[in-house]
Amino acid sequence: MFDLENLSNEAEEASNAASTLEDLTQVQTQFLGKKSKLVEAKKALGTLPAEDRANVGKEINEIKGQIEQLISGRKSALQESEWISKFNKERMDLTERLRPIDRGHLHLITQARDELEDVFIGMGYSVAEGPEVETAWYNFEALNIPDWHPARGNFDTIFVDLGEPEEVMLRSHTSPVQIRTMESQEPPIYIVAPGRTFRTDSADATHLPAFNQIEGLVIDKGITMGDLAGTIDSFVHAFFGEEVKSRLRPSYFPFTEPSAEFDISRSDGSWLELGGCGMVHPNVLRNCNIDPEVWQGFAFGFGIDRLVSMRYQLDDIRELVVNDARFLRQF
Amino acid sequence: MKVLLSWLKEFIPDLDHDPEEIGKRLSALGLAVESMEVVGNELSGVVVGKVLDLRPHPNAERIQLVDVDLGNGEATQICCGAFNMQVGDIIPVATVGSILPDGMEIAQRKLRGEVSNGMCCSASEIGLGDDSDGIMILSENDPEREWDIGGSVSDTLGLESDVLWDLEVNANRPDAMSVSGVARDLAASLGLPFNFPMDRYEKPQATVEAGIQIDIEDPTLCGRFLACIVKGITVGPSPQWLQNRLIHLGMRPINNVVDISNYVMLELGQPNHTYDLDEIKGSRLGTRRAKAGESILTLDDVERNLCEIDGVIVDGDDTPIGIAGIMGGASSEISESTTEIIIEVAWWDPPSISRSVKNLNLMSEASMRFRRGADYGINMRRSLNRVVQLLSETCEPEISELMQVDGNLPDTSPVRVSKERVNGLLGTSLASEEMMDLLQSIGFECQEVIPEGGDGSPSQNDFQVIVPSWRWDTQTETDLAEEIARTFGYERIETTIPRGPFTGQLSRFQKGRRTIREILIGAGCDETMPMPFLAPGDLQNAGLSSNAISISNPLVQEESLLRTSLMPGQLKIISYNQSHRIKKLKFFEIGHVYLPSEGDQLLPDEREYLSISITGGDATEIVAILDLISSTMAFPNMQLNQQEIGGLHPARSAQVSVAGKNRGVVGEVDPRVLKNYGIDDSVAWLELDLGSILSGSFGKKKYKSVSKYPSSDIDLAFAVPADTSSASIEGCIRKAGGPYLQDIELFDSYKAGGVTEGVRSLAYSLRFQSSEGTLTDNEVSKLRAACISEVEKKTDAKLRE
Repeated sequence: MFDLENLSNEAEEASNAASTLEDLTQVQTQFLGKKSKLVEAKKALGTLPAEDRANVGKEINEIKGQIEQLISGRKSALQESEWISKFNKERMDLTERLRPIDRGHLHLITQARDELEDVFIGMGYSVAEGPEVETAWYNFEALNIPDWHPARGNFDTIFVDLGEPEEVMLRSHTSPVQIRTMESQEPPIYIVAPGRTFRTDSADATHLPAFNQIEGLVIDKGITMGDLAGTIDSFVHAFFGEEVKSRLRPSYFPFTEPSAEFDISRSDGSWLELGGCGMVHPNVLRNCNIDPEVWQGFAFGFGIDRLVSMRYQLDDIRELVVNDARFLRQF
Repeated sequence: MKVLLSWLKEFIPDLDHDPEEIGKRLSALGLAVESMEVVGNELSGVVVGKVLDLRPHPNAERIQLVDVDLGNGEATQICCGAFNMQVGDIIPVATVGSILPDGMEIAQRKLRGEVSNGMCCSASEIGLGDDSDGIMILSENDPEREWDIGGSVSDTLGLESDVLWDLEVNANRPDAMSVSGVARDLAASLGLPFNFPMDRYEKPQATVEAGIQIDIEDPTLCGRFLACIVKGITVGPSPQWLQNRLIHLGMRPINNVVDISNYVMLELGQPNHTYDLDEIKGSRLGTRRAKAGESILTLDDVERNLCEIDGVIVDGDDTPIGIAGIMGGASSEISESTTEIIIEVAWWDPPSISRSVKNLNLMSEASMRFRRGADYGINMRRSLNRVVQLLSETCEPEISELMQVDGNLPDTSPVRVSKERVNGLLGTSLASEEMMDLLQSIGFECQEVIPEGGDGSPSQNDFQVIVPSWRWDTQTETDLAEEIARTFGYERIETTIPRGPFTGQLSRFQKGRRTIREILIGAGCDETMPMPFLAPGDLQNAGLSSNAISISNPLVQEESLLRTSLMPGQLKIISYNQSHRIKKLKFFEIGHVYLPSEGDQLLPDEREYLSISITGGDATEIVAILDLISSTMAFPNMQLNQQEIGGLHPARSAQVSVAGKNRGVVGEVDPRVLKNYGIDDSVAWLELDLGSILSGSFGKKKYKSVSKYPSSDIDLAFAVPADTSSASIEGCIRKAGGPYLQDIELFDSYKAGGVTEGVRSLAYSLRFQSSEGTLTDNEVSKLRAACISEVEKKTDAKLRE
């Protein structure tokens, strides 16, 4: 009647022929717009006999629905292909790394020091620090090393031109921090003291005149040598791994008695000497006005540089002070 | 201290343990084994040779040709790199086909055209000691001996297979500086009997008059002085077995008198001295402190100036003939013609000897033992007798009675030990009897204590200990607790873990420092850690004051000053890296500097500084990092005050203040400084007194509610003269904007056409917002006008329309 039979075929052809969304909009206007055959047919419905109107109206709506569906399907397809062509234009090779974000690196000593501190913090210790330039009192005398003591010579101390000769020095161990802590703090004391220490060692593959130690001190009631051995053991497990064992061997330090070296086990069954330790000497407690009849304690210490050197198998410990960026950025 | 298995066995006859096991025991006793080696293995093919002729090598300067007789009377030619032989010398020769202890196989070789039929050997090459300095001259000390030319060197020298340990002996173990002392500990540890075999020796009758006067003038110096006169001495070589042992333990044989003296010191730990009696004037040996101005020529041919710190032995003329406890004088040294000697065995006060060693900077085998505390007991007499006994193996000496004078000896009163206190220290639960057994096994005499006012039965808790004379170091209950622990075995102490009352944590300071490190890593900076030593000139080259603390005993001049700034160290690191073609560097360091103190404070004013250095960047790059740190850490009132600063670019440098106090500098390093350090790039620099900042208040952040009303943005651009800072303009805007100014950002800075010379254009983006309602256009323009007016009133900047 309105010649609508081929309309949906025509619309299908036209919309398939539309290659852009703009073209498709024109097709939409052509077949569904105000001047389209369908709209005109709808307007002309009133001219039809009443009994035909319902059927023809239904037919018009069906065709309209078909065309709408056709166009919307075509629209989705065109949109999709536009995205795809946009994406293809935007293609990036993600392996072209033109602008890396440079992260900085903590020095190996700091990394080890933080890790050691954290192990002991977990065990209820706090971290104490002290000056690197010290008097003979803190570096030696308070630690039960009088001026004539044969052990003084073993420290290879670096002295500075302050006060009387050999009165002021770069601390040769972190033990002065023990004294300063005991002087300023009432027991109980649970501290570790990491820091820089100095000896007149010429720098070579295994020695540095400036190196780092960490020292532990516990002063409390009823502290025993068994506590010392157990503390070393649990630190060794936490830091080196559960499979690593520790042992104490008799040694001598003027500031502890009994004194010991402590070793850790290696996978081949041998032992590696790690540091020194012992029960705080009563004279040291007395020098800090702590009554050795009431308080007892232990101390231990070891080198951080050596630990780092072992862990990363450094072939030359001087790497730690040369500060070559190619070295620093490895860790 | 080195010890030989065969020597230990003389004191522990039942010792038949595996050498590895013995080594472990020694280490567990605190005598750490540094090395263990098997020595004196069969030397097959190494024979006694006699040097017949020495000729230069025609084609090589460093080699000579040696003809040796190897027993067949013929000359065998050997090329040799050592030149210490003379014709007639008797030497060990490794013949072709022999294998030396280190595995070296000897073959016939041609060296630069000359045939070598074997090798002349040093002492260390045949496994006898460490001496590899030249060929071993067997005949050196014994020219008269009939040598079995061509015979086995092993047989000739009596070399026997043995085990040699090198032990580390701690400063508290004077007794372990001897073979017998090591043996005593080892025997106790193994539960084997220990004894002194020389005690069975019967001393010959005294046939010589003891005609020497002994005076101890300072009893605090000399605690005991024993002497004996020996006549009928023939100086000559000592027995080969004795020489071998000396060599193994690291000493060089000289003659029988000297060797025996050394042997007894190594064996019994008692340093002793022999004088040529003829050279002692006035038949007297006195001991006293030296006087200022006195001097002595010691055995090592060095003239030494003495002072009151040193002790001396003097003759009848009161002239020093030896330095107490350290070294004898040359004037009474044993010579080939000596026939009569005095043997001295003395005990010197350890602190006195220690101070003297330090004063004279002279260490000897004797002083090493005396400063630790030698044995002042029966061992002195034993040692003197042992010298006589060994001398009688080499000649027929006649002896005098022993003379003895005592000064002040160590306090020998018993030390009281409480079982409970010792257990409380060690964490053990030993009975008193067990403790006593342990101590007695190493020669400590233990006695029961009968408490006063009790029923007369011994105390269950306390006992007392008489410390043996060879353990001068042991004086207190704690010292004895250590001996108990050592002999009980550290490894047998049960481990426990103390639980302190604290929650472990870092201080605010330490947490702050860690956070700053993390910020810097995020900002791409690598942490450096140079040594804090500087070379003279480093500070001046960095444009800084040269006032720094110097090191009294520097190893090298380059490390003779303590830094007062991190800059020289950082510039050296930058220079090093750039010379290795690493260009873009971002470094930071947190470390101590040591400022000379003002006033009478002894220690330096030591501070913890932070430095950041960036190569190829300008100052603003590093100010941005400073701002990042300051805002993250909430440093109170961080400000930059631009000014000239030594070492920095004069027009690109500012003081950094925090909470109104100067806390550092920021800018770029002065290009002239960079030139001094060989750096050809710009370096942006920041140095903060981080320790002081973190010791003050920081990190306080306050909540401010986020406004739910819309905000209004405006832009303002000013023409700003060179000496007006952006910070001052921002300050004015902040002041005028008051609580409504949410944000201010400098988004443009340029010097371009349209702006007068020296004047730059600074453009700011401002955001206004109220927490009470939407700001009207009118309110915003009032705020805008207020900001402009404040800037123009307080600074020389003018709004650009």
